[in-house]
This record gives sequence, structure tokens and C-alpha cells, in this order.
Amino acid sequence: MLAYIARRLGYILIMLVLVSFVSFLIIELPPGDYLTQKLQELQARGDRSAEMRIAEYRARYGLDKPLLERYWIWSTHFIKGDFGDSFEFERPVTEIIGQRAGMSAILAISTITLTWLLAIPIGVYSATHQYSIGDQITTIVTFIGLGMPGFLLALIVLFFAMTVLGQEVGGLFSREFQDAPWSFAKVVDLLKHLWIPAFIGAVTGTASLIRIMRGNLLDTLGQPFVEAARARGLKERTVIWKHAVRVAINPLIVILGSEALPQIIAGNALVATVLNLPTLGPVYVRALQVQDMYLAGTVLVFIVGMTMIGNLLADLTLAALDPRIRLE
Amino acid sequence: MSEPLIEVKDLKVQFNVRDGIIHAVDGATFTINRGQTLGIIGESGCGKSVTAKAILRMVPRPGKVTGGEILYHRRIKSNGSEITDIVNITELDPDGEEIRKIRGGEIGMIFQEPMSSLTPVYTAGSHIGEAVGLHRLVPIRKVGAQMVETIQAHRRISKQEAREIAIDMLRRVGIPKPEQRVDAYPHQLSGGQRQRVMIAIALSCEPKMLIADEPTTALDVSIEAQILDIMRELQETVDMAIMFITHNLGVVAEMAEEICVMYMGKIVERASAVEIFYEPQHPYTRALLKSIPHVGKKSRERLASIKGMVPDPFNLPSGCVFHPRCPEYMPGKCDRIVPSWTQVGENHWARCLLYEGV
Ligand SMILES: Nc1ncnc2c1ncn2[C@@H]1O[C@H](COP(=O)(O)OP(=O)(O)OP(=O)(O)O)[C@@H](O)[C@H]1O
Ligand SMILES: [Mg+2]
Repeated sequence: MLAYIARRLGYILIMLVLVSFVSFLIIELPPGDYLTQKLQELQARGDRSAEMRIAEYRARYGLDKPLLERYWIWSTHFIKGDFGDSFEFERPVTEIIGQRAGMSAILAISTITLTWLLAIPIGVYSATHQYSIGDQITTIVTFIGLGMPGFLLALIVLFFAMTVLGQEVGGLFSREFQDAPWSFAKVVDLLKHLWIPAFIGAVTGTASLIRIMRGNLLDTLGQPFVEAARARGLKERTVIWKHAVRVAINPLIVILGSEALPQIIAGNALVATVLNLPTLGPVYVRALQVQDMYLAGTVLVFIVGMTMIGNLLADLTLAALDPRIRLE
Repeated sequence: MSEPLIEVKDLKVQFNVRDGIIHAVDGATFTINRGQTLGIIGESGCGKSVTAKAILRMVPRPGKVTGGEILYHRRIKSNGSEITDIVNITELDPDGEEIRKIRGGEIGMIFQEPMSSLTPVYTAGSHIGEAVGLHRLVPIRKVGAQMVETIQAHRRISKQEAREIAIDMLRRVGIPKPEQRVDAYPHQLSGGQRQRVMIAIALSCEPKMLIADEPTTALDVSIEAQILDIMRELQETVDMAIMFITHNLGVVAEMAEEICVMYMGKIVERASAVEIFYEPQHPYTRALLKSIPHVGKKSRERLASIKGMVPDPFNLPSGCVFHPRCPEYMPGKCDRIVPSWTQVGENHWARCLLYEGV
């Protein structure tokens, strides 16, 4: 067991090295770099000393060195917890991530909780009442939910919140709480804002999870052990939850593990951009666009790392829940 | 003293599916007496399992009991004497307390598919514990309780007691090292062992009847013999009726005292096992018997099988449903008249126009 975990962690480490290097290469691929763009910008503004300042930057960030050397410097510092500086923010990457990671996590956790709390009961209802009116409505709604792009939904909800609820939207805090210290009122204010992105994030996730739960449970309900459990005299509710759902839900653990953790880092960037949320997603997208190397690279490494750790956790949980699965 | 335990009267079960209505059980009538073994035989799809499930009020969707009744004669102790209370199972709420007390507690069932009849995430012991926890009660002895007190207080069984019962049951069905196997998960058991566990579950609550729906069809022959032995042994010790469903005539001859032969949802013949084998009356029964291979009868010809195909359930033949395949088909009669339940001997009934003098 411990040997298994150690081996998996080893693979994760190797993967991270590979991924970080490849992503470094890819971010570098478009012609020019952050500073070439910056230079053009400054020159367009008529800044005479542009060339000089850029050269100074180039030396400071080591951009004049060859790619391999830069990767080596960045990765060796990375291990020590120094992720380099962001060109655009002109601040250490650690600081930017530190500022936003908390909000990203709060948003992701509330989205995931909402998704599961909605999807599991609805999926179970839908499967146990197959072809009933409720099931048909669920099916239609989930298809709409699956087809609707998140950013479009974000715009619709924004509009609804502004016109009908008269609520100030965008961001996670009202202006007066933006920089205020934490207090009960600030938490309430956060919740008032949080429901919008959490709801939007939950819609697509819930829709697909309902479909999966319904399908798995329908398969399981047709299994002889469900009938055998019923023939033992159990209540229908016990038959469904203790026997059928307990078996049907196992594959969903994998989904939770592999999707939830990376989502904490940079979930739903598009929706977060529309809603102007202080989370990591929008920053990450922006960093990729302007070739803000170290910021983009760091976030990417974290996403990959979280995905793989999530998979490992999912496998461990699954092994604990399902006696048929053995970790090799 | 043959006292009825289950009376099935003119039972009809239909499945309303997209292509039409399947009459899975079409007027089945039979009685199972206390302590007796009744065999039900018939080809695949003739409605054996559906009949069994109807007795537990467990006909799967979209099936419905559309006619007839199933009477359960329950013995209850009252004021020191025993009285019999008759419950009409077809009228019970399918998820009500009454039927749930009967399921597992008074009528146990083992299924056709031993490989997947145990929930994969629970141990053998927890399956037995679940059943025992639902149905077995222990009397509470009160200090100074009056002897005349008729209604006794009962409590549910404890975890530890349930485990002991589970181990004991596993031992009785012949599972080696039951103290260890009680914690085994289904995938750690062989098919034969799983079916033994199913029997242990069903018998752990000391039911009045066991419905065994082809309990050995999926197992190999030596395991089959062991399982049948165990069922017979246990039946002797607990005085339990068995409804034994199979399409294997050899097995039913070994187990049953009385046999019902089913064809397309109908009981076509019913008699003692001996009579069914030595004096079969219905042409379908005779054809079934001919299809058994005989040792020593070295013939190069193929096994006599029943000619023709099982009819399309949506398009049943008129008159007697067996007439297109019947070697004794009487044109003008069998395809017009539906045969009725006729006595053809002492305790021997058949549903065939040969015996109706038409
Ligand atoms: N869930 C269901 N939906 C639709 N039709 C069904 C269903 N279950 C059974 N039937 C129909 O009812 C009829 C009787 O089925 P049943 O399972 O009782 O057969 P059986 O005699 O037990 O056969 P076997 O020996 O193969 O187990 C079949 O024609 C089958 O098509
Ligand atoms: Mg069957």
C-alpha cells in the first residue's frame, strides 16, 4: 500500500518535470516574447527610453539567456518555492497565486458541493422513476444544461440578477467590503456574490453528473443482487441507497478526484472572466495570452499536479470503498 | 395431513411492453402444502420465475398481476393455541410492512444467478446479518413476568449474535472455515460457495417456505449435487416447504414430491413426481420426458426434442397454445377450443382436450 503510494508519487514527479518542460516550450512557441510586445507598446506611446528599459528588463529576468538555461534556473528555483516573477504584474508569482488561490478554492469547493448535492439525488430519482414525468423533465433540463455554454449562462444570470434582484454583480465582494477585514457581514456579502458563479459552475457539472448517475444506477438496478436484497425484506429505500446506489456511485469517485482538485486551481476561467472574479482562472488565461512565462508555467504545473494527485486520491478512495479493487 | 401453505388461484401476470402484451403467467393454479416440495418445470420463458416473484409481490416493471389471488396461510399463536390467518398477497402494498415481513422472514428465495446475487461491496456475513437483523427477534425475559402473559416482548438481534448466526449458517451449508469466510466478499467466493451463502441467507430466518428458482442451473454438476443435498438436509431439520423451479427433469425427480408442468404461462399438468415420470398424460410432458438422455440407451439419433419453436408471445396460437407443436394434434378441435383443467386420475390433473371428450 505504502509502496504503491510512493510509486505513484514518483510517477507524478516525473510527469511534472516533463510537463513543466513541454509547457515551457509551448508557451515560448509564438514568435517574440512578453518584452517584444511590451517594447512595441512603449514605442507606440513614443517612449524614447523604451529600448533601454526593455534591455534592462531582459537582463533582470534573464530573457537574454538560452531557453534551456532559463528552464534550468526556473525549475531549480521552483523546487525551493520561488516561482519567479510575473512580467505583467511585476510581482513574484507566489504573491499573485497566494492572493487568489483562497478565493479560487472557496468558489471551487462551493461549486463542487452544490453540484454533488443536486446531482446525486436527482440522478437517483431519475433512475428509480425511469420514464416518469419527473425523469423526462430532468432529461430535458440536463440536455439544456449540457448544451449551454457557461459564459452565456453567466451573462443571462448577470442580467437577471441586475434587473430582477437589483443586485450589484461581478466580483465576489461589494465595494465596501473589498479591503475590509473579515467579519460576519463580509461573509454574508461573500455568500451573496458567491451563489452566482457557484450556480453557473454547477449547472454544466450537475447536468453531466446526473446523466452519469442515472445511467450507472439503471444498470445496477437491473442486477440480480438488487432483487435479492428486496427479497430479503428490506425497505425499498434501503434497497436503493444501501445496495444499488452504493455500488453505482463508485465510478463517480474517479470523476470527483480527477476534476475537483484541478478545478480549485483554475476552474472555469471563462465564466470567471465574464463575472470579473478575483480567482486564478482569468489571470492564467491572461498570462498565456501575453506570454507571461513564469506565471503561466507555474499555474500549469499546479493544474497538472493537482490532476494527478486527484487521480491518486480517487484511486485510493475507490480501493477503500470497493473490495474488488486492489492496488497493484 | 396436507395443510396448505400457499394457494395460487388463477394467477395472471402481464407485461405491457412496446410491442404488445406478454401473458407471462396466464391462469396458474396450484397449492403448496406445509413441508412439501413442489417442483415447477417448463422450458425457458414459460413464466416460472415470474410466478415465483409474484408470490413475493416482486413482479418487475412493467409487469402487473392482472388477475387471480395468492393466499398465504400464516400460522399464528394466540392464547396458547394456533390459528391460521389467511393473507392475500396480491392485495398487499408492494413496499408495505406486511409483505416485507413475509419476504425473507416467512418465505425465502434463492435466485438463478448465484454469481451476481450478492452485493459486491458487502461481506457474506453482513448479508446474513442484514436478513437476521430484519426478521429474527429474541424474546426478552422479564424477571417476575407472569406466565399467563401472552404477548411477549421481543428485541432485535445484536451485532454479535447476528455474526454468530452467520457463522453457524455458513457451517451448516458446508462452507469450510466459516469463522474466516464470514468476512469474505462475494468476489472471493466461487459460484458454488456464493449459492451456498444465498441458501444460508434464505434459511437464516427460518422461513416456512423456500422458493428456489433454478438454484443450480449456473453451477457444474458435482456442485449441483452438493447444493441439492444441502437443501434436502436442511429441509428435514426445519420443516419447510420448497417451491423448486427448474427446467432440469433429473433434478426435479430427485427433489420434488409433486410436480407442476408449465407451458407458455399455463400449468398444463400436475401430479405426484412418480406419476409425472411414469404416467405422463399431457403430450407436452411426454415430449419433455423424451428429451432426457438415457444412460445405456445407445442411440445414434439426436435427442428427441420438441418439434417446432416456442410461439411468439405476442401472437399466441388459438385454442390450446401447444397445438402447433403437439404430436397428438386434433385438427378442428385443438386449434379452436381452449382446454380446461381436467382431472385425469387421482390427484392428477391436465389441461388437454384428449381428456375432455370433445
Ligand atoms: N422485466 C420483464 N419485462 C418484459 N417481459 C418480461 C420481463 N420479465 C419476464 N418477462 C417475460 O415473461 C415471460 C416469462 O419469463 P420468466 O422469467 O418467468 O421465464 P422462466 O420460465 O423463468 O425462464 P428461464 O428458465 O429462462 O428462467 C417471458 O416470456 C419474458 O419475456
Ligand atoms: Mg427464470
